[in-house]
Amino acid sequence: MTARSRVVPDAGARTNAPALEPLLIELARPGRHGRHVRSAETTEIPAAFARRAPLRLPELTEPQVVRHYTHLSQLNYAVDTGMYPLGSCTMKYNPKVNDRAASLFADLHPRQSYRTTQGVLALAYELERILAKVTGMDSVTLQPQAGAQSEFTALLMFKAYHAKRGEGAHRRRMIVPDSAHGTNPASAAMCGYEVTTVRSDARGNVDLDALRATLGPDVAGFMLTNPNTLGLFEERVREVCDAVHAAGALVYGDGANMNALLGIARPGDLGFDCVHINVHKTFSTPHGAGGPGAGPLCVKAHLRPFLPKPWIVKEADGTYHYDTAREDRDPEPLGDSIGTIKQRLGNFGVLARAYTYMRTLGEAGMVQTSEDAILAANYLLTRLRGTYQLAYERAPMHEFVLSASPQKRKGASALDIAKGLIDEGFHPSSVYFPLIVPEAMMIEPTETEPKETLDAFADALLRIAARVEADPASLHDAPRAAPLRRLDEVGAARRPVLRWQQPR
Amino acid sequence: MLAAIGVRSVDDLLGAIPADARRPSLGIGPGMSEMEVQAHLERLAAMDRSAGDGPFFIGGAIQRRYIPAAVPALAFRGEFLTAYTPYQPEVSQGTLQAVFEYQSLMAELLAMDVVNSSMYDGSSAVAEAAFMAVRATGRKRVVVATEVDHTYKRTLRTYARGPELEIVEVPSAALAASADAAACLIIQHPDAFGTLVSVRPTADAAHAAGALCVQVTEPHACALLEPPGGLGADIAVGEGQPLGIPMSYGGPHLGIFACREALVRQMPGRIAGQTLDADGTRGFVNTLQTREQHIRREKATSNICTNEALAAIVAAIYMALLGPEGLRAAARAGVARAHALAARLGDIPGCAVANGAPFFDRFALRVPMGGWALSDALLARGIQVEATAAHHVDGSRVGRDDLIVQCTELTTDADADALVDAVGAIVRAGEKVLAR
Repeated sequence: MTARSRVVPDAGARTNAPALEPLLIELARPGRHGRHVRSAETTEIPAAFARRAPLRLPELTEPQVVRHYTHLSQLNYAVDTGMYPLGSCTMKYNPKVNDRAASLFADLHPRQSYRTTQGVLALAYELERILAKVTGMDSVTLQPQAGAQSEFTALLMFKAYHAKRGEGAHRRRMIVPDSAHGTNPASAAMCGYEVTTVRSDARGNVDLDALRATLGPDVAGFMLTNPNTLGLFEERVREVCDAVHAAGALVYGDGANMNALLGIARPGDLGFDCVHINVHKTFSTPHGAGGPGAGPLCVKAHLRPFLPKPWIVKEADGTYHYDTAREDRDPEPLGDSIGTIKQRLGNFGVLARAYTYMRTLGEAGMVQTSEDAILAANYLLTRLRGTYQLAYERAPMHEFVLSASPQKRKGASALDIAKGLIDEGFHPSSVYFPLIVPEAMMIEPTETEPKETLDAFADALLRIAARVEADPASLHDAPRAAPLRRLDEVGAARRPVLRWQQPR
Repeated sequence: MLAAIGVRSVDDLLGAIPADARRPSLGIGPGMSEMEVQAHLERLAAMDRSAGDGPFFIGGAIQRRYIPAAVPALAFRGEFLTAYTPYQPEVSQGTLQAVFEYQSLMAELLAMDVVNSSMYDGSSAVAEAAFMAVRATGRKRVVVATEVDHTYKRTLRTYARGPELEIVEVPSAALAASADAAACLIIQHPDAFGTLVSVRPTADAAHAAGALCVQVTEPHACALLEPPGGLGADIAVGEGQPLGIPMSYGGPHLGIFACREALVRQMPGRIAGQTLDADGTRGFVNTLQTREQHIRREKATSNICTNEALAAIVAAIYMALLGPEGLRAAARAGVARAHALAARLGDIPGCAVANGAPFFDRFALRVPMGGWALSDALLARGIQVEATAAHHVDGSRVGRDDLIVQCTELTTDADADALVDAVGAIVRAGEKVLAR
C-alpha cells in the first residue's frame, strides 16, 4: 500500500489498492534459475540416506523473484508507509541507523570464542546496565526472544525461587487480571500453574479487595501490566505489590507498556520483583511483520541467582567473558539458575538495534519520548471523547481504550469502524482488546507522529462516526480501498488450506 | 496540544504515579547524534573478529552460508520490516501471502503436511515439539538422543522445568528401545556431529508404543537426504537460519516447526491459511487461531505471540531465488568440502575422523592433544574451529574432546589448506613435545 493517491502531509497512507500477486508456484516454469551457487554432483551421500521424495520447489529467475516480493510488499501497510495506531503494540518509527548498526554484527557465530567477540560482549554488558537503570532493577538477562518467552522465563524463575525456599510444592497458582494480555495466562499454564483471574474495578485498576480475597499460601505470583492494557496507571500499585508480597508471592511486571514510563517511573521503585521489556515496542526495533522481537528480563537482586546462564563477566582490565560458557574451561555448575532459554545473548541483532536507539536518546531523549507519547495519546483522546465513549473516565498514559458500544447500537461495530479506517488510509486501531471493554478500540499513537497526523487520524475517526449516524450499513462493506474486501476467516478455519497445491 | 487537553504540563497527567516515584534520575548519560552513534557502534564492532576475517569452520545449527544480494534487498523493504503482525488481513496481504508461501516451500522441503509461520529458533522449536507431544499423548516422559545439539537439549531441559516433564537422555541407537510410556522420541538427523542417523526404526518404535517421533533436522540437509516426512516423523523441527539469515551472534533466527495434518490443532504458533474475500477473490489470513493465546488464554497450545515472521519471509525469498537446483548445489558444496577435508585431516598421524558412520557436511576429528587445546592453538593462527569440549548441558560436558569441523559452500580451498597445514604443524610440534 505505497501508491498514495492524494497528498496529505504526514497523514497516513492514503492509497489506491495495488494489484494482487500470483503465488510463486504460479509464476514458476521448469528450468528457470539464477546463478547464485554452483557445485558439482557429489557421491558421498549413501543411497540409503539419499532423498527419494521429489523436491518440487518453484523454478524462477531472479527478476521474477524480485518483482514478486516487491509487489507483495506493496500490499502491506507499515510504519514506513503511515501511522499505525495499534494499541499495546507501540508502533513507533524505527530509525534506519539502528538497522545499519546491527548489520555490523551480522557475520558473528554465537559459538565463537569470547576472545573474538569482545565488541558483542561490551555492547551486551552496557545494554544490561542501561536496562537495569531504566527499570530500577538489579540484574538483566538478554536471552528471551520475545515478551511471551520472557514471561515464561520469569515464571520458571518464580518456580525455582519458591522451590529453593521449600515452598515449591504448594505454590501452584498464578493470578492475572482480567485485563491481561493473553500471553500472561498462557505462559502461566505452560509453566504448570493454575490460573486465577482477578477482576478490574470501576476505575480500571486491579480490584484490590478481590485480589486480597484470592491471595493465599498456594499463590506463586501475580502478573501485572502497568500502565495496564487500558492505558491506565494502576492507582494503588504499591498496595497491590505489598498485598502480593505479604502472601509470600512475587509480582511479575509485564513491560509491554514501558513506552509510557521512560524516566517517568520505574517498576523497581513501585514494588515489582521483575519486569520484561519488549524492545520491539519501547526501543524501536522493527517488528518485521510479526517478529522478530526481543524480551530482556530485568530482576531484583533476590531473583538474580535464578537467571538463565551464562552471565557476562567484566574483568578489572576491561575484558569480558562468560561465567559458565567459556570454551577454555570446564563448565561450572548451574547453581540455582533455571538453565538456558537461548544460547548466549538471545536475539542479538535485535538487541543491537535497541542499544543504538537507547544511546541515541540518552536520558533526556528517553524522558522526552515518554512525555511525547503521553501527550499524543491525551491529545488524540481530547479530539475523540465527545464522539466515542471512553471506557474509563481517567487521563490515560500513552494509549487509551474507547468503546464503540454506542455505534454498535446504531448498527456499526468496532470491526466495521476498523475497516472504515482502512478506507480512510489508516491502519486500524486494536479492536476487541482488552476483553473487559465491549466493542473495544485501543489506540496508541506513539511519540513519533506529528500533530498533523494525529489530527488527520482524529478527523478520519470523526468522519466514520458521522457515517455511523447517517448510514451505518455503508460501513459493513468496508474496506473498499484495500487490495481485498473482508476475508472469510470462519471458512479459512473450517476448511484449512495451509499450503499451495502442486499443479498436476 | 497541552491547551487542547486542558493541562499546563505533562506532569498534570501523571497524578496516578506515587509522588516519590515520579521522574527518577536514571543516570544513563546524554544522547548522541546519528553520526556519533554510528561511530560508537563501529568502534564496538571493530573489537570482534568476524567469521569472514579468516578460515572459519564453526557451525552446527547455525551456519555461515552465502546470502544472495537480493535477499536483504527484498526483506529489508520497509513494508515488510516495519509492519506488525497481520491482524488486519486486508492491509497485510504481503505478509500473509509471503508466510503462506514460506509454509508451502518448507512443507515441500521437509515433505511434511503442515508448517507453522515460525517459532523463535531451533531450540524453542524442539522444546515446543516436546510440549506438543505431551499434549497429544497425555504422557510426561520425553526421550531425547544424546547426539541432539547441546543448545537444543539445554533449552529443552529448561522448558521442561515448567510442566515438570521427565527428560531421559539415551544414545540415538537406543531410542527405539526407550519408547515405553514416552510422549515422544527426539532424534536429530544429521546429528550434532554431522553423522547420518537411521530415523525410521526410531519412528516405528515410537508409533508402536503410542509415542510421537520428533525429528530435528537442517534445511540444506533435507535437499539431499530423505526428509522427515519420508522417515516417519510426526513432528519435524530445526533451525532455519542457514536459509539466507545472517548469523548475528545467535539471532534473530527462524524456528522451523512442521507436523502431520492430524496433529495440526495441537500445533503452537501462528499459521497462515488461504481463503476468499467478500467478492470471492483469493486471499490469506491467520487461521486456526482458536489454538492461540489471544483467544484461548490459559488453554492455548502455546504462549507465542511475537514470532520470527520476517525470518520466515527471508527463508522463502532464499528458497525462491535458489530454487531446487540452487539449494541442492549449496548443500552439495558443504558435503563435498567436508569429505575432502576429513580425508586430508584423517591422514595426519594421530588424527582420525570420529563419526564412526557416514556424515553430512560436518565431522568430528579426534586429535592427540584434545579438541580444545587444538582449537586454541588454531585461533592463535587466525583459524576459528570449535571443540566439542565447549558442548555442555547443565554443567556437564557432552562426549569426548574432539574438534568439530563444519563446511559450507563458503569454505574455500585456501581455508581447507590453511586448516590442514595448521593442524599438521601443531600436531607434529605436540608430538615433539611428548617425545622429549
